[in-house]
Amino acid sequence: MTVTDTENTGSTEPQLSPAGNPMGFGRMLRKEDVRFLRGHGHYVDDVQLPGMLYSAILRSPYAHARIVSIDTSAAEAHPKVRAVITGATLEGLNLAWMPTLSHDVQAVLATDKVRFQGQEVAFVVADDRYAARDALELIDVEYEPLPPVMDATKALDPDAAVIRTDIEGKSDNHIFDWEAGDAAACDEAFAGAEVVVEQDMLYPRVHPAPIETCGTVASMDPITGKLTVWSTNQAPHAHRTLYAIVAGIPEHKIQIISPDIGGGFGNKVGIYPGYVLAVVGSIVTGKPVKWVEDRSENLMATAFARDYHMKGRIAATKDGKILAVQVDVLADHGAFNGTAQPTKFPAGFFHIFTGSYDLQAAHCKVTGVYTNKAPGGVAYACSFRITEAVYLVERMVDVLAYELGVDAGELRMKNLLRPEQFPYTSKTGWEYDSGDYPRALRKAMEIAGYDELRKEQAEKRERGELMGIGISFFTEGVGAGPRKHMDILGLGMADGSELRVHPTGKAQLRVSCQTQGQGHETTFAQIVAHELGIPPEDVEVIHGDTDNTPFGLGTYGSRSTPVSGAAAAVVSRRVRDKARIVAAAALECSPDDLEWTQGRWSVKGDPEQGRTIQEIAMLSHGSLELPEGVEGHLDASVVYNPPNLTYPFGAYICVVDVDADTGKVHVRRFIAVDDCGNRINPMIVEGQIHGGLAEGVGMALMQAIAFDEDGNCLGGSFLDYLLPTALECPSWETGATVTPSPHHPLGAKGVGESATVGSPPAVVNAVIDALKPYGVRHADMPLTPCQVWLAMQGRPARTDLALT
Amino acid sequence: MQTPASFEYERATSVEQALALLEQHGPEACLVAGGHSLLPMMKLRLATPEVLIDINELPDLGYVRVEGSEIAIGALARHVDLLASPVLREHYRIFEEAEHVIADPIVRNRGTVGGSLCQADPSEDLSAVCAALGARLVIQSAAGRRTVEARGFHVGPYETLVGPAEMLVEVRLPIRPGAGSAYQKVERRAGDYAIAAAGAFVVLEGGMVADVGVGIAAVGAPQFTAPGAEDYLRGKEPSEPHLAEAARLAAEATAPAVDQRGTVEYKRHLAGELVRRALRSAAARAAGQEG
Repeated sequence: MTVTDTENTGSTEPQLSPAGNPMGFGRMLRKEDVRFLRGHGHYVDDVQLPGMLYSAILRSPYAHARIVSIDTSAAEAHPKVRAVITGATLEGLNLAWMPTLSHDVQAVLATDKVRFQGQEVAFVVADDRYAARDALELIDVEYEPLPPVMDATKALDPDAAVIRTDIEGKSDNHIFDWEAGDAAACDEAFAGAEVVVEQDMLYPRVHPAPIETCGTVASMDPITGKLTVWSTNQAPHAHRTLYAIVAGIPEHKIQIISPDIGGGFGNKVGIYPGYVLAVVGSIVTGKPVKWVEDRSENLMATAFARDYHMKGRIAATKDGKILAVQVDVLADHGAFNGTAQPTKFPAGFFHIFTGSYDLQAAHCKVTGVYTNKAPGGVAYACSFRITEAVYLVERMVDVLAYELGVDAGELRMKNLLRPEQFPYTSKTGWEYDSGDYPRALRKAMEIAGYDELRKEQAEKRERGELMGIGISFFTEGVGAGPRKHMDILGLGMADGSELRVHPTGKAQLRVSCQTQGQGHETTFAQIVAHELGIPPEDVEVIHGDTDNTPFGLGTYGSRSTPVSGAAAAVVSRRVRDKARIVAAAALECSPDDLEWTQGRWSVKGDPEQGRTIQEIAMLSHGSLELPEGVEGHLDASVVYNPPNLTYPFGAYICVVDVDADTGKVHVRRFIAVDDCGNRINPMIVEGQIHGGLAEGVGMALMQAIAFDEDGNCLGGSFLDYLLPTALECPSWETGATVTPSPHHPLGAKGVGESATVGSPPAVVNAVIDALKPYGVRHADMPLTPCQVWLAMQGRPARTDLALT
Repeated sequence: MQTPASFEYERATSVEQALALLEQHGPEACLVAGGHSLLPMMKLRLATPEVLIDINELPDLGYVRVEGSEIAIGALARHVDLLASPVLREHYRIFEEAEHVIADPIVRNRGTVGGSLCQADPSEDLSAVCAALGARLVIQSAAGRRTVEARGFHVGPYETLVGPAEMLVEVRLPIRPGAGSAYQKVERRAGDYAIAAAGAFVVLEGGMVADVGVGIAAVGAPQFTAPGAEDYLRGKEPSEPHLAEAARLAAEATAPAVDQRGTVEYKRHLAGELVRRALRSAAARAAGQEG
């Protein structure tokens, strides 16, 4: 394995394109920003179609109530209202319920009862959005309130109200039990351990809150029967198949267009009732129908993230060798089990919780429960629950350090996997592809000036000032499939890609994944440039339209570069191979006599004799006689089935100051050393990391969606659900090590979620470290000033419930 | 997208016209200035005024100036005007410190003094500042002008003495030579409503507190102030034990409500701590010891 210690570009191509861009890997400005920065992005809500109608959704004010009656007559009498649709209407169409991505069903519109505050109850289509909203107030719904189940820890109590009375024979709120690892080996390791530490911790319910809320414009052509859907979604091809299954519309008559997307973060993976309702609205009215939710609807009703109540246990020797980790999870999935993840993994990839350490044994058990909250759970850049896994293990290591009285950095260094152990099979069955963990941690500690920070902290503690240093070392597994092990509702997780080089040497790359701000139009053009020597400005990346792109599973779980990026590399190589044959025909030599250098096939030993890729493109479309078996034109397609996940990792260090009298936390510094293998565009990678670090500060210090005992959502607007601003974020200090993935064609690993996954425990560890003089070992996020103050008094609050 | 209910719109070009429009349209009419509280409430349909009377173009209401022994602030002065005002910086640092932590620059560019006070949000920082400084507020109606004390302006949460056909037009502050003042606030995040906030001014004579004012926001202090703490401190040396006792008395006068920003106990503790810090800083400035 090649390991370099520079800020790697993964490139040996120093030359620049005519536009001054790297001919391959390296920093370049994002191609898409030309339109975004000028306000010329085109989002779903920008779609305007002739005769288009607007819609709005009436939502439940109750968390749990029986619907006694719905009277829509006044709304229907509104002069601008075209249709009012209720659960009863949908029952007639067999569309009242739709399948979720997790073997459950979800109400499109409530029929029998409402199961969370904000649930969809009725749908109005009108001439304009104001009339649609006005008409909602004319719908009269009579509810009979039922006791809501708001505390997940009480959801399985014998006297808890049963939420899913729609499921025949259901008598409790239990969804599933699932486990991974070796329970017996774990018990044995714990039984023999000198030190065992246990800690309960909650990863609270948070929400991805993309700038652009969710929406759909649906247009069913009554003549051709073709349905065109513009929607905010991260997986257009999967959506097409699901619409076909849900609505019974033939799949070849469905076109999903995902235009510019204003942030996804897992919020736009699934299909929401509003999407289906827009389709139904278009079918019913014969007109295009737009539905775009507002901010509160987005926060209250669309895919939240986390909500894991975890009981962690860690076993170690007295001198700090970690032996085993065990964890029991109570997973709050809300009213419908709608987690979006590979179907065989009900707890996502949580069982990567063994983290970055060399353990003897590990085991986890996850129990999913229904509560009267919105469905979701897998979102917010979580890499299918690796956020929860990393938080668990990185908090547990700090809790162990606290109990052993040792430095948390030393304890980690002592237990990290060693480079020679890779490829490494974890105790829960993951095969980590590559890594040099101690090097990344050393580098982070160097940048931080770790020893000096500890010295400063000791001096401050003498004076009664609270300063904390927190470390997090994370390992992620990203880039699902392989298709054999990973599927979404039976759709194997492999991605297609098509590359066509036009006669003049300009290229179009078609990919199945869907950018939501990640910069695919730039990064993927750079991949083609790297492989083919076509300048990145000459490569147009086409995505987000199912009629014009090959099938694939979409962008989430940091899978674009690991899967679609690999597909782009492989398809480029196929074109390169074809170009070789064409060049050989033109040069009247054997393809074996040619060698590839910098966008050109030339004769070995006679480099003057050659053809550039652009020349070959024209030749392949021309009258040149091609050898037997070679068709004309210059294009190729591929379906890339990843052999394994890629395993990016990183070492993060956070430095905080805490005001002992107010509880206010100030994040002074944050050092992030990420290793995502070769970096295609380091600028974009850093941008992704910056964003994820901000999200980590947000989760650690201010974000949570709690509920009061009556079932009211306490995070239903940006007044209550806080996103961090520049003022809460320090100037990020980033660093890199490069350990290429041995199985990815470009040696790259996914990175889009690394910082979101890795940073929360660093911030929390720092705050808890600052509070050490008060004997604080743990407090749950978010560490608001009040929560810090309560923790200092030994009574931190439960952050999933209303404060009392 | 959030969509407000339909409403009529009128643009006033003089105070008199604005008052006449209020009279004409009755209690379902609403003045809009910066709109940063009203418009979000309308989009959420928490507010559904039938008529909006836009007063943004009223001339000559955006001033901050010295008039004799007082500072006069026009009701249409924007937050950003207060933040940048040399007059206020010279006499009352409390304004600069409070304005720095009010919302964000976008809101401060549009939001007005009059709108902030009349919105009468229990967390409103300028209500605490005006209470601390003993401001007087000038209310105009067709019948003429009347002046009320800031410390009696609030009838309840989101309710003031301003009647349906009246308009707050001016804030008047006594100039207190040698006064030091300061503002302190803790929020979960920049731009969030305060968990608690406190401001104070102190005038020293011979090292003793000759005059003092305390303002408190977001924790249910009646009329945004704590007279008991002020009474206690008057005539005393601003020593740490005295400040601590004043802070304790101020905290005692609060009646916080629990929400996700904090428990009652924490908010009361925090209010006391911020009163202490504001008093300490104000006293130091009065003594010429702190910028």
